[in-house]
Amino acid sequence: MSLISAQDLTKVYSLGELRVEALKSVSFTVEPSSFVSFVGPSGSGKTTLLNLIGCLDRPTSGSLTVAGAVISSLSRREAADFRGRNLGFIFQDFNLMPVLTVYENVEYPLLVVQNVVAAERKKRILSLLDTVGMLDQKDKYPDQISGGQKQRVAVARALVTNASLVLADEPTANLDSKTAFMVIDIMHKMKDELGVTFIFSTHDRKIVGEVETIYTLTDGMITGKAAGKGGRYV
Amino acid sequence: MFKLVKIAVRNLLRYKRRTLLTFSLIAVGVTFVLVFVSSSSAFKNLMIGQITDSMLGHIQVHKQGYMASIDSLPLTLNLSPKNMKKLEKAINSVPGIEAFSPRIKFAGMFSNFIETTNIRINGVYSDKETAVAPLLPGRVKKGEKVIKKGEIFIPELLAKGMKVKLGDTIVIIATNRDGSVNGKQFTVGAVIESVTGPGGRDGYMHIDDARELLRMEQLEISEIAIRLSDFDKLHNVSVGLTSALSEETNKAGKPIFDVRTWEDLSPFYNVARMIDIMTFFIKLMLIAIVLISVMNVMIMAIFERIREIGTMAAIGTKPGKILFLFLIEGFFLGVFGTIVGIIFTSLATYTINAVGISFNFGRQVGLILSPRLEMGQIFLISSIVIVVSVLAALQPAFKASRMEPINALRHV
Repeated sequence: MSLISAQDLTKVYSLGELRVEALKSVSFTVEPSSFVSFVGPSGSGKTTLLNLIGCLDRPTSGSLTVAGAVISSLSRREAADFRGRNLGFIFQDFNLMPVLTVYENVEYPLLVVQNVVAAERKKRILSLLDTVGMLDQKDKYPDQISGGQKQRVAVARALVTNASLVLADEPTANLDSKTAFMVIDIMHKMKDELGVTFIFSTHDRKIVGEVETIYTLTDGMITGKAAGKGGRYV
Repeated sequence: MFKLVKIAVRNLLRYKRRTLLTFSLIAVGVTFVLVFVSSSSAFKNLMIGQITDSMLGHIQVHKQGYMASIDSLPLTLNLSPKNMKKLEKAINSVPGIEAFSPRIKFAGMFSNFIETTNIRINGVYSDKETAVAPLLPGRVKKGEKVIKKGEIFIPELLAKGMKVKLGDTIVIIATNRDGSVNGKQFTVGAVIESVTGPGGRDGYMHIDDARELLRMEQLEISEIAIRLSDFDKLHNVSVGLTSALSEETNKAGKPIFDVRTWEDLSPFYNVARMIDIMTFFIKLMLIAIVLISVMNVMIMAIFERIREIGTMAAIGTKPGKILFLFLIEGFFLGVFGTIVGIIFTSLATYTINAVGISFNFGRQVGLILSPRLEMGQIFLISSIVIVVSVLAALQPAFKASRMEPINALRHV
């Protein structure tokens, strides 16, 4: 069974009298434990698509099923609950909470969203921080670490809840090439070790090839599908 | 819960200057209100104490109809010995009464054998009167503090006007209840200080002398003044006494007795009420200060943290928890502001008491204002500030919790 199934997915934004079709009858599937990228120029609909998959927005028409849930049928509260249980997010600007330390940022979803018990929490956090190479920085605040380190913390935060799907919107846009590849490597490792599906949007040609499946979006439509270096699907 | 509290406190500390400014505004507001409340309350209590303890008593009981004609001090509306017994029985049955003093009040002519003027006199038992009005001995400027038979206490203004000294002989002439006139010589036993309020310029004599002067065959009392063991139970005791006397009716079925608290008897009650109204408006101002300060800070905080709110929502934080987080921030603004305000108030009241601000009230000079922080007021003001702080945070917090994560994440 597919982790994500989208059929004729359309998203229209109304700006006064102006109607902008951000996605036009997009259909695709994503299998569990895959590494997928949506590429395309600005305005092609990448972020809109990720927002729909991430239950942050609702499609105007079409159907979208993520991890067995029909996204358009979820209430606001149910959507929040679904995100907390099934999804992880990695943002372009890292979006770590500035008042929390590295450890506390990773702890936040376990504590506030999932109510995981203390011992289990600690075990998971330390293990993930070790995996992303941030264990020795765990007591620092976000403004005391570099951009690459912040993104590694964000990866740990996205994975700590045992999410089955991690969505990353331009995760390497604010990183230099070396750091970007390092972050992608971590994602690969996590995918292989934990079986997590990673979907990210990018227009960074250097890292596009690192994924298994590449969907090209143009003007709100999927105009191409290709395999990357680690590809298993052409 | 604890984590949200920790995040809320750290968020407050994040914008130190702004948080400090808001704390300061709340603290200054709390300080002004508490200092005003404690000072005005001290003034009010001092004045009430002066009025009730100097002459009025806390409660008075008269025969029904007496109060309507009190200016003429009608002897025809005095309480008979039979009614007095009923009244004493009722007084003894009501808890909270410390002492009572029967009084014969009448108007007479005061003569120093050269000049004559009018005077209002209370015939009292010295010990009972002092138990009800403990400041009476303190009002004695010259002479004995105990009212003895054959002696009269006269107000200082009368003594000065009539050029009468301690030990002089004077004559009091009074009309008794059947209209005949009688006179009796007295020695000036004391000159007493006049005080502001009803009865503040009355003279005193022993009740037996008053009875003899008025040719009463049996003791007929104009009023009974009552002192309570706890002034705060004034209304409870008043209701209890009224209830105990309610079955005592005359032939027409109307109540014999009329129970009045000092509030019904002294015009200062209106001043006291005015002070209460002013205090109420000062409290409203505090509410406005807290409301505007906290709301302003919370609106700013939410505006600056829209992306953060979006992130929290995106990773699954439920709207209720986001709402709660901002309410906690509002709560702590109120709590810390209140704590600092109470500390400032303690210092301010300590300073006022150390400096000793004195003032005059009528002819009473050198009264010292002694503000005292009352736990009830501290609790009330603290509760108001904290509740208003949370309420002020409610609207911005609700707005934050209702934000669509997608819009919040897009915010620049």
